[in-house]
Amino acid sequence: MRLAAESVSLGYGADPVVDQVSLEIPDGLTTVIVGANGCGKSTLLRGMARLLKPISGQVVLDGKAVHKQPTKTVAKTLGLMPQSPIAPEGITVVDLVGRGRQPHRGALQRWSAEDDAAVAEALELTDTLGLADRVVDELSGGQRQRVWVAMALAQQTDLLLLDEPTTFLDVAHQIDLLDLLHGLRETRGTTVVMVLHDLNLAARYADHLIAMSGGKIAATGRPADVVTAARVEEVFGLEAQIIHDPVSGTPLVVPIGRHHRPSAHPHAQGA
Amino acid sequence: MSITAPTEPTRAVDVVRKARRAPRRHHAYVVAVLAALLFGAFVARVLLGDYIITVPDFFRILGGAEIPGATFLLMSEKLPRAILGVLVGVAFGIAGAVFQSTLRNPLASPDIVGVSLGASASAVFAIVVLDLEGLALSVAAILGALAIAVAVRLVAGSDGSYRLVLVGVTAAAAMTAVVHYLFTRANEFDALLVLRWLTGALNGVTWPTIWILLGFLVVLIPALAWISRSAQALQLGPDVATGLGVSRRRTDLLLLLAVLLTALGVAAAGPVAFVAFVAGPISRALNGGRTTLVGAALVGAIVMVAGDYIADYAVPGVSFPVGVVTGAFGAPFLLWLLTRARR
Repeated sequence: MRLAAESVSLGYGADPVVDQVSLEIPDGLTTVIVGANGCGKSTLLRGMARLLKPISGQVVLDGKAVHKQPTKTVAKTLGLMPQSPIAPEGITVVDLVGRGRQPHRGALQRWSAEDDAAVAEALELTDTLGLADRVVDELSGGQRQRVWVAMALAQQTDLLLLDEPTTFLDVAHQIDLLDLLHGLRETRGTTVVMVLHDLNLAARYADHLIAMSGGKIAATGRPADVVTAARVEEVFGLEAQIIHDPVSGTPLVVPIGRHHRPSAHPHAQGA
Repeated sequence: MSITAPTEPTRAVDVVRKARRAPRRHHAYVVAVLAALLFGAFVARVLLGDYIITVPDFFRILGGAEIPGATFLLMSEKLPRAILGVLVGVAFGIAGAVFQSTLRNPLASPDIVGVSLGASASAVFAIVVLDLEGLALSVAAILGALAIAVAVRLVAGSDGSYRLVLVGVTAAAAMTAVVHYLFTRANEFDALLVLRWLTGALNGVTWPTIWILLGFLVVLIPALAWISRSAQALQLGPDVATGLGVSRRRTDLLLLLAVLLTALGVAAAGPVAFVAFVAGPISRALNGGRTTLVGAALVGAIVMVAGDYIADYAVPGVSFPVGVVTGAFGAPFLLWLLTRARR
């Protein structure tokens, strides 16, 4: 266990958004954080990625508080893809992905063959080698998201944190991207931690699921154990049936919604 | 080598190398063209005009020969003016590009957000009230620029360059008011000097001013280039930059050096309007949208030297300060940029 939170409180003003949360991120597995809007899941991820300083408690990376380690040292271990990042104007795909090499270079060191190889590998893994000389602004949303993942991969970290990497992607591109991240676990043994909006995709791709509610952890564990009808009601305020995903065997949340409640007959409601 | 190595990864690396080369080659080409243009503008500024100095005469004068009229004109007017134009243009161009790229907003250049006018107001105060000159004046300009930069940053907060631009424009207006007020308090001799602090001008420059500026630039620019290399990540936004191990404090350090460059330029030539503002976008447009310090420095120098030449000779018998020309050229450019940004 290399990354953990020890009763960490995080927030932007006086009121903490994340309230004394303790958790451990299992190594080499995919951890997905889910929860309703405003439950503090993105804030928690930002805290673990040292983008936010804890109000109290600490985030521990390799046995030491992440905020007390030199940020460049952390960057060699922990990669990060924030929500909808914006590329500078005119930058090409190779140059953007090349920025991921920053933590591995000394201030006076020049670009090396090793850097070339790392960028090439990242482009191949994300299937963007064909875009290498293109300008990032001109790519489609799905391609751009892949390129940002490639940048994080070129950083060659053992841990990778992603904040809603599937936002703005259509469903096919969402699956593509999650497959790609899942593949990393297989090929590189990367520990992936991500925030996802879609509970069904989370249940499908997570080895370890963290459900948050009101700034606290509501449940953690395997998706099959965490995603229950009672818990979905508690965390999302959503009445749902849980069935088996016929493809993956993971839990599949089927929302009931107002109009399909057995008690609520449409004609009776109208009166 | 390709026989023993597996072919697939070698090819991927070759694709990367080739793709990396293209923008660099383009940049080298842009720099070469800009350097040639700057050389042309410099030669025109030094040799042409109302009184033409021939190339052989130019070298004879540099070699120490006394040619009545020509020697004085070249050594105390044309040459120092051209050299100062290059130095100030380089300083403004780099400062503008650093501001715009680290704050990720083309409007956030030091001459728009009040840094130049802060330096100006402080320098005018030093002239009119404290009776300072020379190096002390440079120090006063630097202090003024720093004070305004820090004040704008504190009021605007660290998030969002939009607020910074708003606060900065307000600060710039306030500083103009300060200069105007001091102007009314100045005696006749100082009033002429003060005028330069409102529009910016290259005339009446002395060699010591050039040496002081050059000395500072020789230290500051390499430092800035070195820091900006490792701070390239900042162009990706504060979150990605932190993820890459570049702390937000780098932004402040980089901006601090850019503020110093601006202040030094202003101390030597006044707040020449819009040079810092236009250098970045013009060099970016030539370079496929990518910001480079070398490109911005060259464009800044070209704008200064060519602008000064136009200011001096465009209207026969009248010599404008260079700031009038850059202002006339820069204002429509600002409007164009604003309309483009709305789309």
